[in-house]
Amino acid sequence: MERIPILKMGEYLLVTIQVDMHDRLALTLQEDLTSQIVKSRARGVLIDISALEMVDSFIGRMLGAIASMARLLDAQTVVVGMQPSVAITLVELGMSLQGIRTALDVEKGMVALMSSIREAGEDGDASPEF
Amino acid sequence: MSSNNALADVFEKRENEIASKWLELQFADGRKASPTAHTEAGRRSRDFLSALKNATRKDGTTDINGKEWAPVKDFLADLSAGQAKNGASPSETASFVFSLKQPVFAALREEHGKDATAFGDAIWDATQLLDKLGLLTTEIHQKSRESVISRQQQEMLELSTPVVRLWENILALPLIGTLDSARTQIVMQNLLEAIVETRSDFAIIDITGVPVVDTLVAQHLLKTVAAARLMGADCLISGIRPQIAQTIIHLGVDLTNVTTKATLADAFAVALKRSGHSVVRDAAKAGAPR
Repeated sequence: MERIPILKMGEYLLVTIQVDMHDRLALTLQEDLTSQIVKSRARGVLIDISALEMVDSFIGRMLGAIASMARLLDAQTVVVGMQPSVAITLVELGMSLQGIRTALDVEKGMVALMSSIREAGEDGDASPEF
Repeated sequence: MSSNNALADVFEKRENEIASKWLELQFADGRKASPTAHTEAGRRSRDFLSALKNATRKDGTTDINGKEWAPVKDFLADLSAGQAKNGASPSETASFVFSLKQPVFAALREEHGKDATAFGDAIWDATQLLDKLGLLTTEIHQKSRESVISRQQQEMLELSTPVVRLWENILALPLIGTLDSARTQIVMQNLLEAIVETRSDFAIIDITGVPVVDTLVAQHLLKTVAAARLMGADCLISGIRPQIAQTIIHLGVDLTNVTTKATLADAFAVALKRSGHSVVRDAAKAGAPR
């Protein structure tokens, strides 16, 4: 069955969506990614959707859900490389993906991911101190 | 219809007489006419009369949809389109045709003055014909005005949405004029494309030039901000005038998730600060004579 590869780089997971997302694929990705986060104890997830030409409300919701799930597993998510047409479509669908961090490309996404992990780490480290 | 042929006969027999009377009438309403305008009108009137004469001769009815009427209609189309471009009102344009009634009726009376039935029929035909032609001029006048309006709208859309690069990674989008759905779509597209192209982190939407902000415009602004955020760019809104701030709050529009500033300069300062730039004033240089 078709799967979207998840690459591990240190404490980050990289997901590059190169094919058109259909609903089944999105669900598979959600399952693979959550189990991979737990297995590799990843702190950050970077999803590159620069090759995605089309989205519907389901895919938009899936992106939001994946980010929320990752947060539950203590990993930060950044979605990078959204095409202008995709952004317009999502906004017109009324989905502005409020909970998700976004960045223009992978490079900026990595910077954003690192800073958000640092912020989260500062919050998290405060409690075990005493 | 025989009476219509009577109309054609009259046109043929008394063409010159009708033309000169008509020309007088066209300038009878006290308008000052230069000699060139007078010659122009004379030429126009004679051309129209001869076209009308040919059409009535060839086509025995008053139905101007026939193919014999094409030259007459073309002539009127040219005339009203020209009038519309010169800013003439519809009634001025239509009066060109309607003012023909009086001389034609006078000519018909002299022809058929004795025979009341024939005279009535001829008058009726002439009225019908000229009314149709007059309405046609108004219609064409309206159409050419509409085409001017739609062309101007198109031009406004084209020139009204520049995206300006203020600094490395900072874009500004000065909006001028009313925002409607079609314009917002273009604005949004231009902004997002510019963000990708310049790899910008910040976009400042300046609404100093937007006269009215209603719920729809606010909705459009929020959409643009959300779309830019999805692309990974931070969006600031600047140039909010006091009245606009009042309207936005009275309308209950929620802009709490968007950074808003009163002036473009303030928003620019915020963008510089967030991107780690700082502007320092060199006191030594500032004191020096320029």
